[in-house]
Amino acid sequence: MEEYNQQPDVYSVSQLTNEIRSLLEEQLDFIWLEGEISNFRSPVSGHYYMTLKDQKSQIRAVMFRLQARYLRFVPENGMKVLAQGRVSVYAPRGEYQIKLDYLEPLGSGDLALAFEQLKQKLALKGVFDQDKKQSLPFLPQKVAVITSPTGAAIRDFLKVLYQRFANIEIIVVPVKVQGDNASSEMIEAIELVNRNLEVDVIILTRGGGSLEDLWAFNDEKLALAIRGSFIPVISAVGHEIDITISDMAADVRAPTPSAAAELLVFEKEILIKNLFQLEKRLTATIRSQLNNQAITVEHLSKRLKDPRKDMEDTLLRLDDLHGRLVRTMGNNMSGLRTRLEAGEQRLRVSSPYQTILLSGQHIKLIRKRMIMVMSRLVKDKLHTLTLLEKRAIDLSPLSILSRGYSITRKLPEKKVIRRARDIEKGDRFQILLSKGIIEGRVEKSDSEASFDK
Amino acid sequence: MTEKKFELAMKDLENIVENLEEGNLSLEDSMAAFEEGMKLAKFCSQKLEEAEKKVSLLVRESNGKHSKIPFELEDITKSE
Repeated sequence: MEEYNQQPDVYSVSQLTNEIRSLLEEQLDFIWLEGEISNFRSPVSGHYYMTLKDQKSQIRAVMFRLQARYLRFVPENGMKVLAQGRVSVYAPRGEYQIKLDYLEPLGSGDLALAFEQLKQKLALKGVFDQDKKQSLPFLPQKVAVITSPTGAAIRDFLKVLYQRFANIEIIVVPVKVQGDNASSEMIEAIELVNRNLEVDVIILTRGGGSLEDLWAFNDEKLALAIRGSFIPVISAVGHEIDITISDMAADVRAPTPSAAAELLVFEKEILIKNLFQLEKRLTATIRSQLNNQAITVEHLSKRLKDPRKDMEDTLLRLDDLHGRLVRTMGNNMSGLRTRLEAGEQRLRVSSPYQTILLSGQHIKLIRKRMIMVMSRLVKDKLHTLTLLEKRAIDLSPLSILSRGYSITRKLPEKKVIRRARDIEKGDRFQILLSKGIIEGRVEKSDSEASFDK
Repeated sequence: MTEKKFELAMKDLENIVENLEEGNLSLEDSMAAFEEGMKLAKFCSQKLEEAEKKVSLLVRESNGKHSKIPFELEDITKSE
């Protein structure tokens, strides 16, 4: 305090300004600053002039062309930014400002912003217009792949093609896909292919990476080269979520290198599948139709009578009938013959001849026997007769008569009278005597009279 | 042109198959249609198999001209 009072220093304006400058520029040599851009302008010099402000204050800012060159986006009014720089005093006007070395948008990052800006710019130019896009050729046979020959992309791409057995000729056009000159190499490659190679499709591809890694594909000139290609371009950069300006400018975007390969073979595979199906249906149909026809023919031919067959049948039937007839006749005949024979047999058996024969024999026998019997009988009778003769002689009435007895017979009947009542009074009678006959008439007949009286 | 021809052939083939499948054709017509169909199918599959399976690398020679050399990836079927 006392020292100030003792000797108050008097500065010239320049001195003061210099003092301020050295204070500020030494103290605030490297600072980070957050603010919103306003009053942005970029004259032909290529420097960026703007004001950075917040709700209460503002500060002028400048970014010289040397630094501005490296910015991937163009600052805009209203944009909230994080800036890095140093405070500097412009002595002639007694003004201070901040000289910016680096600027990035707050929130989304500079690349994202740059991407958005380029996208808008190219969209306005019509680079992404759908009606400018060429359709992929039918069944591409020859394809140029613009990519790094050592990267993952070409490997993934070829791997899919190998797996699918795709008959496609591939020409790998080697380029850098990352870093300085990557964009211009790719542009050259696109032009080279259009000029020198007769291919159906160009595939511009790269494997996955950071936004920075893929940055070469977010290039205005590359986008224009893609758009200008006469050969349809498929862009397949990074992973599925990565979308680059190239993807949008290309005729077709494939999410990944593998997907690009699938895109090439997809249609063909569908066609092959369709063709296979059609062929299958074609042969199946004709086969079933031929089968049906064969069955129909079979049915018809079954229904269709072959006259020869008929004749054969008739002949067979005839033969059969004939055979049966002959058999039946034979059977009948033999039956008849059997019956006849049986009849004959029976007839023979029952023949009278036999009977006659037998009878004759029988008769002979009987006669013989009869004769025998008769002769015996005769003999016996003769014997008996002899005996009887002898007895008869003994009993002969004559002999009796000779003994005095007589026989009286009624006349004319000459019936021997044994009882008186056999003859009545007046009846004639005859009496036989041992010698002679006496005839008389009955005088009296008394049946009661007897010798006793 | 190839596309046109191919598409027409496929379309014809489809029509023939459908006609055949409807089964209204006489046997002779069926056989004729079948033969035509097989011809078309052969044509189509030839078109599909036409391209050559080949991978080459474009290299710039010292005279500034470009030429193609066979391109081989040793580990193509192996690891990632």
